[in-house]
Amino acid sequence: MKGRSTAAPQLGSISRKGSAAVNSGPQPPTNPLALIAELTHRCPLHCVYCSNPLELQNRASELDTATWTRVFQEAGQAGVLQTDLTGGEPLARTDIIELVQAARSAGLYVNLITSGLPLDEARLAKLIDAGLDHLQLSFQGAREEIAAEISGTKSHAQKLRVLEWLKQVRVAVTLNFVIHRSNIDQIDQMLALAESSSATRVEFANVQYYGWAFANRERLLPTRPQLDRSIEILKAAQERLRGRIRVEYVVPDYYAKYPKPCMGGWGRKLMLITPTGDALPCHAAQIIPGLQFENVKDRSLSKIWENSAAFQKFRGEAWMQEPCRTCDRREQDFGGCRCQALLLAGDPYATDPVCSLAPTRGKVDAILEAVNKPSPAEPSLTTPVWLYRPNPA
Amino acid sequence: MTPDMQSHPRLAPGCRLGENNQQRALLMPERALRLNGPSLEIVQRCDGQHTVQQIITDLQQIYSKAEPKKVETDILDYLARLRDQRALDFT
Repeated sequence: MKGRSTAAPQLGSISRKGSAAVNSGPQPPTNPLALIAELTHRCPLHCVYCSNPLELQNRASELDTATWTRVFQEAGQAGVLQTDLTGGEPLARTDIIELVQAARSAGLYVNLITSGLPLDEARLAKLIDAGLDHLQLSFQGAREEIAAEISGTKSHAQKLRVLEWLKQVRVAVTLNFVIHRSNIDQIDQMLALAESSSATRVEFANVQYYGWAFANRERLLPTRPQLDRSIEILKAAQERLRGRIRVEYVVPDYYAKYPKPCMGGWGRKLMLITPTGDALPCHAAQIIPGLQFENVKDRSLSKIWENSAAFQKFRGEAWMQEPCRTCDRREQDFGGCRCQALLLAGDPYATDPVCSLAPTRGKVDAILEAVNKPSPAEPSLTTPVWLYRPNPA
Repeated sequence: MTPDMQSHPRLAPGCRLGENNQQRALLMPERALRLNGPSLEIVQRCDGQHTVQQIITDLQQIYSKAEPKKVETDILDYLARLRDQRALDFT
């Protein structure tokens, strides 16, 4: 499982002014555009920033092949364009080949987000034959030591093997580096790794602070000078690699001036299905008290999308408080993240506290101040104080 | 950088045409581009067989009411943008 990504697929339209035919601009979607399928919480890694909930579901409670197949069909019929097969480690599912095939047959663009651990060349070939479009390989660092410390597992050498196999097959490859204080100074080496691979895209996603990452936040947040330096390097890399590798990055929103448009807006673009079949508007929504989630075993995706109380809860603007309610940016960032509002302001209706206009911004500034305070010594690698994500019981 | 007129654009690995709700789209990692009219005509010809020049000539015929130079500029610009998004390889 990678760190939580809140990027929504962009549905752009290309307007060609002055040509014989001109496209219309993007319409607000009336259906979800992407389905995040968390196939399992089982994972060989134990990353300290995992976006899975603190309470993990076990294998016995996971949806079966037939139910996932139906979910993919319903998604395709509802107009969903892409699905992310993720977890946990999606390759921990013994039926993963069938699931890729089912998603592709349903008309979906199939992304697999994996650590690459339970993979060999033969299995990779089968995944591609089954219709896999895009493999996203997560990295915990550019080197073995830090990767092992973060994931509580030796996995880096296997990832390097996977990169070699990927050169032999035709599939889109993204390298996903999850960035935090202990590896943010390795970005040059990470870029070199991407350049030596067949990747057409590399993502540097700073950890976002929910779940396991929230529990480990004080050791994960980079300092301001680290962040500034990394952005400088990444901007230069975007120019240098233009046309070869798409370089994308996400900064930690604690350092941002305005909040992220979390999930592209609540219930506007994305739908997440948990291993047991609960339909959520975002990865962390289960932490918000009082939300009732519907399950795909009981209702169709379309019905859940349209009618589920959880999806309607923060859709649109009616729920907003000041300053969001009258803010010019409310259609750009939708008030930011509801889960972050709960975690930092204690109120899921509040303006996301990372916003410079939020009355609770001081809480974020206090956290940053503590992180940026000159400290006598960096914590030693030999005395880890991480809270590792375990495997489901 | 402008694409070479004699090169053959081809959709990059993991980029393909899709359709949903009667809307054609170019599907690629973490993105989908809606395709209508000219953009669809262009992408359908990015098959490793057509040269950039041939695509321009075809489109100038289809959109014969538009100014030919403008069609050429628009196509070169569009192909460069798709390349920068890593949706195209040129051979």
